[in-house]
This record gives sequence, C-alpha cells and structure tokens, in this order.
Amino acid sequence: MTQHEWPLWEVFIRSKQGLDHKHVGSLHAADAAMAIQNARDVYTRRMEGISIWVVESKHVHASNPDDAAAFFDPANDKVYRHPTFYEVPDSIKHM
Amino acid sequence: METLELTQEEQFQARIDADMRIEPKDWMPDAYRKTLIRQISQHAHSELVGMLPEGNWITRAPSLKRKSILLSKVQDEAGHGLYLYSAAETLGASRDQMLADLHSGKAKYSSIFNYPTLSWADMGTVGWLVDGAAILNQVPLCRTSYGPYARAMVRVCKEESFHQRQGFEIMQTLCEGAPEQKAMAQEALNRWWWPTLMMFGPKDADSPNTEQSMKWRIKRFTNDELRQKFVDMMVPQAEFLGLTVPDPNLKWNEAKNGYDFGEVDWEEFWNVVKGNGMCNKDRLGARVKAHEEGAWVREAALAHAAKRKQRAEQEAVQQVA
Amino acid sequence: MQVTPSETVSLAKYTPEVRQQLFRYVLQLADTSLILGHRLSEWCGHGPILEQDLAMANIALDLLGETRSLYQYAAELEGQGRTEDDLAFLRLATEYQNPLLVEQPNGDFADTVVRQFLFDNFHYHFLQQLQTSPDERLAAIAEKAWKEAAYHLKWSSEWMIRLGDGTEESRQRVEKALANLWRYSGELTTPTATEQALQSLNLIPDYAALLPAMQAHVAKVFEEATLPVPAETYMQKGGKAGRHTEHLGYILAELQYMQRTYPGLKW
Repeated sequence: MTQHEWPLWEVFIRSKQGLDHKHVGSLHAADAAMAIQNARDVYTRRMEGISIWVVESKHVHASNPDDAAAFFDPANDKVYRHPTFYEVPDSIKHM
Repeated sequence: METLELTQEEQFQARIDADMRIEPKDWMPDAYRKTLIRQISQHAHSELVGMLPEGNWITRAPSLKRKSILLSKVQDEAGHGLYLYSAAETLGASRDQMLADLHSGKAKYSSIFNYPTLSWADMGTVGWLVDGAAILNQVPLCRTSYGPYARAMVRVCKEESFHQRQGFEIMQTLCEGAPEQKAMAQEALNRWWWPTLMMFGPKDADSPNTEQSMKWRIKRFTNDELRQKFVDMMVPQAEFLGLTVPDPNLKWNEAKNGYDFGEVDWEEFWNVVKGNGMCNKDRLGARVKAHEEGAWVREAALAHAAKRKQRAEQEAVQQVA
Repeated sequence: MQVTPSETVSLAKYTPEVRQQLFRYVLQLADTSLILGHRLSEWCGHGPILEQDLAMANIALDLLGETRSLYQYAAELEGQGRTEDDLAFLRLATEYQNPLLVEQPNGDFADTVVRQFLFDNFHYHFLQQLQTSPDERLAAIAEKAWKEAAYHLKWSSEWMIRLGDGTEESRQRVEKALANLWRYSGELTTPTATEQALQSLNLIPDYAALLPAMQAHVAKVFEEATLPVPAETYMQKGGKAGRHTEHLGYILAELQYMQRTYPGLKW
C-alpha cells in the first residue's frame, strides 16, 4: 500500500454575494482545480455557496497560541476605539 | 518542569470547565489528543462503512424519488466521513494512517453496520432508528470541547436531520400500506431494535473511559443515559406507526418517568465488536477493495499534478531566459 | 406540421402522430439518464477516494433529477395515466431505448471515466442546442440539465487528462477502456427513425450539426491527455431501438425488483 496521500487543502466559501469567504473545512485533492471541484461537491451540496477559495494547507501560516496574550490582550484597554465610548447629546442626530 | 506541565494541564482543564473551545494549535495533553483521534476517526470510519448497508439498496429502491433520496443520503454519509477525517487531521493524524488502521482492523467502527440490510424496510429502519440513535449521540457533540470536532458535528447534525425524517417517512408509508408492507416494517424493527440499543456502547459500569471523556467534554452523556433517552423517545414513535417493539419487558415506569426495558444481549454485542458479526468481513473487505483498487487512480492524479507543475516551472524559466 | 424555431409549442398542439413520436423520444432520453445514473450510483461507497465518491454521486443525482423530469413529461405526452415510476420500472427490456454505451458496466475507474466522457461530450453539446427547441418543456428541461452537464463534462474531461497523462498504468487502463467503449460512441449521434422525424420538424437538434464541436472537444482533451484519438471503428448500435447488450437485463433485474415483486404498491 502506498503512503502517498493527496495534499490537504483548506476550503473557504462565500455563502452569498456581499459576504466574506469563510473557512468551512478541508479536503484532499491532487491539484488546485480538483480541490475547487471537490470543494464544490463536498461543501456546497445544499446551496451553501456561490464562490470557493482553496489554499493548500501547508501554505497557511498561523499565529502561535503562546503569543495570544502578547498579540491580542493589548487591544483590550483601547475602549476609545469603539463608538460607544463617546457620549453624544441626544439632540444630535445622524452620528 | 514537572510543575510547569501540571500548570499547563490545569489551565487546559480550566478552559474546558469554562466551556471554552480547544483549537488545533493550543496545548493539549497527549491523552486528550490520542483519545480524540481515536474517537473522531472511529466516527469517521462509521460514516464510511455506514455507506455500505444502505448503498446495498440504492439500485433496488422502489421508486425514482426514493432512489434519489437514498443516494443523496448515502452520499451525505461520505461527506460526514470527510468532515470528520478533516477534524482528526487537525490533530496531526493523516487520513492514510487512519484508513490503514481501519483496514488492518486496529480501528473500530460502529458495530451496527455489521448487520445486513435484507429488505426495503431496512432503509426505513436504519434512517428512523439507527440515525435516531446516532443523532442522540451527535447533538451533544456539537458542543464538544475540541473546536474542529464541534464544528464538524454542527455540519453533520444539520445535514443529518433529513436522514431520520426520510427513514420515518419510509416506515410510515409501509405501515399505512398493504399488509405485506406493514409486515416488512415489523420484521425490520424486530431485527434492528436490539442492535440499535447496542449502539450506545457497553453499560456505564463496563465503560471505563467514560469518566475521563466526560471531564474533557468530548462525551457529554453516559451510554446508559443516552440509551434510556432513546427508548423513551422511540417507543411512542413505534406506537404511532402501529409497530410492536420486540421487548417483552418494556414497561412504562411512572416513578422514573421513563420506560423500563429488557437487557441487551451483551454476548452478541462483544462478539460483533470482536469481528464475529454477520457482515464484519464483507464490510471491511469492501472498504479495503475500494481503497486498493483506487490506488492507481490516486497515483495517476498525483503524477499528473507533478508533471503539470514541472511544465509550468520550465515555462517560467524559459520566459526568464 | 413544420415548426420554425422561433415558435414555441406545447403538447396540446401536436398531432397524435407527432405526440407519439415525441413520447417515444422523451422516453429514450429518460431511459438514457436513468441507466447511466443507475450505473454511477453503483459506485456509491466504493469510489477510489472519498472526494470522488461524492463527485460521482452528485453526477448520478443530477442524472436522476433529469430522468424524473423527462419521465413526467413522457407520461403527460402519453396521456394514459401512467406515472414516472410506471415508465421507469414497469417496461420490458426491449422497450428501454437507452444507447448501449450507458448500460456498459462500471469496470474500473478508467472504464467509468471513458464512458462518462463519451456520454458527457454528447450530452453537453446536445442539451446546449435542445434549449432552443420550440417544445417548451424540452427546452426547460434542457436548460437545467445543460448546466449540470457542463460540470459533468468538466469532471470527465479532467479525469481523461489525468489518467491519460498520469502514470504508465493509468494510461494503459484508459487506452484499454477506450478500445472497449469507443465503439459505442457512434450510436449517440446516429439518429433513429423517430429522431429523424423529430429533427425534420426542428423539434430536436440535428446531430450532424453537433459533431464538429464534439470532435473539437475530443481533440483538445485527447491532446492534453497525450492519447491518440481512436481510429475509425465499427460502431455498435441497437440500444435506441430496444436491442441491448446482455448487461441491461441485470440492471433491470435490480431496478425492477421491488415493483415487480410487489405490484401496485406505494413506497
């Protein structure tokens, strides 16, 4: 038996016009064209999508969970980035 | 070092206790990873092998509508297997290795699929009873602690909901049909009832891994809890259909607000697990055959992709030159 | 009755004779999709890899969907109260009119791909033209099925190329499959008397006009697949006239099993 496996691809689907492509899962395919077709056959059997992206899994670079605190916690105290931080008088409309 | 490891494990457990999801790159105990790979791949194998007993009737479905429904259902099972293999692959298992374990008999799959499908009513019974039991197992797993597994299960459950209904619809049509159809339905229920109860696994007392799995939230109810839930759910449905559940000890128990029911034949259960079911050899044989006969196809696709890539690279070099 | 393509006609306007011919013809199309869908569905659970198992089931489901629309239309054309299932399950082998190609066994994956490619290449180009049929029901069925056939042809063409230009083994297998199946391809575009009659009314496409596009596609795919286009061979035919290979009987034995064993019941 051969251990020669088709590469793994990550699949991203746009469910309708105007929305982002969203990661839905992965699959195996020998090449990109096949990966797109397989994604169509596997992940859009119930009209879940109108557009497909595939990317070979080995090309996805991810942040390290160990860095999560350093990466993402500093945004915690920047409340002034959010509109609700600001008080606007009731009489002011359209802001 | 020892204390650091302990802290990591404690932190890990704290996240699970807080109902937070564990994601692929997060630290996790080896045992958690191994247990999950075993559980998810077992589940994936069950979907894959589970295609065979129903696939057995696709070419004999009694109407065009039923044929389309059955084919799309069995195809869904291939999809579910695929989602689950993908989830297991995020833990570092390769699909090839998982399949090799299935083919060698090292990995298990649900024993229910080692029973034969002998009549059209079996398509109804498998959808109604077997998928009904599977859904009870699967719905809680949509909230399981491992993110990719939970997400795969959400997708599976969403698709699975039509499976049980189409099974029930087949049964209802049979039960409202001619006497020989009703008899076909009853005969199927007689064969499938007990094996379906076995799907929830051994009694809690004989299921040593349950406690740890519950703690990790990769299992959310015990085997006996689910079995009881299933009986309570199914008996009224069987009554609605006018079918008799083949258990003389089945009786409503007001005090526990549930049914008392007879003892599963555990000897049969362990025998089928060990490979002595009627179809163990056929099912596995069919999977091995499909995989081996597909080897040259998979090789060809890889070889062609490599040739293409090489040609594209050569063209790029020529353009630069 | 001569119909120009700009008019659309519905079945009420047909003479009994045309209606009978059209009934016969729509049955032929339905039988074709049914038998090929049936063959492909045999792969379910046994494909070379899970992803392709799903792909073949999708094609089979498309074909079964087309089958149902066609039998439903045929039943209306006949007007005898028969249903899609009566037509699909309760006729004699000699009454099925699918071309011989689609009843050939799945064989190995190369046989299935070659059978599919030869059929898809016809089906796609045929449906493209059928969309402009003045028969509005056929045009509507064709419009839906053509989109599906476009995908099928893409799938089978790409696999022809992968297998032809893959490994030594895959090439040998695809050549062997071609040597066996090519002889059934001619029947697809050889009109029967019924087809000729409907063609002369402009109700269905002229097959000769499809050939250049079909041949061009074969040439393109075979070139990429590094396969020689098979030389002229003696073409088998008979299926469309109800004279089948031995394989159809076994297909029907399974297909008709329930309906024959339990006549007249609902499922």
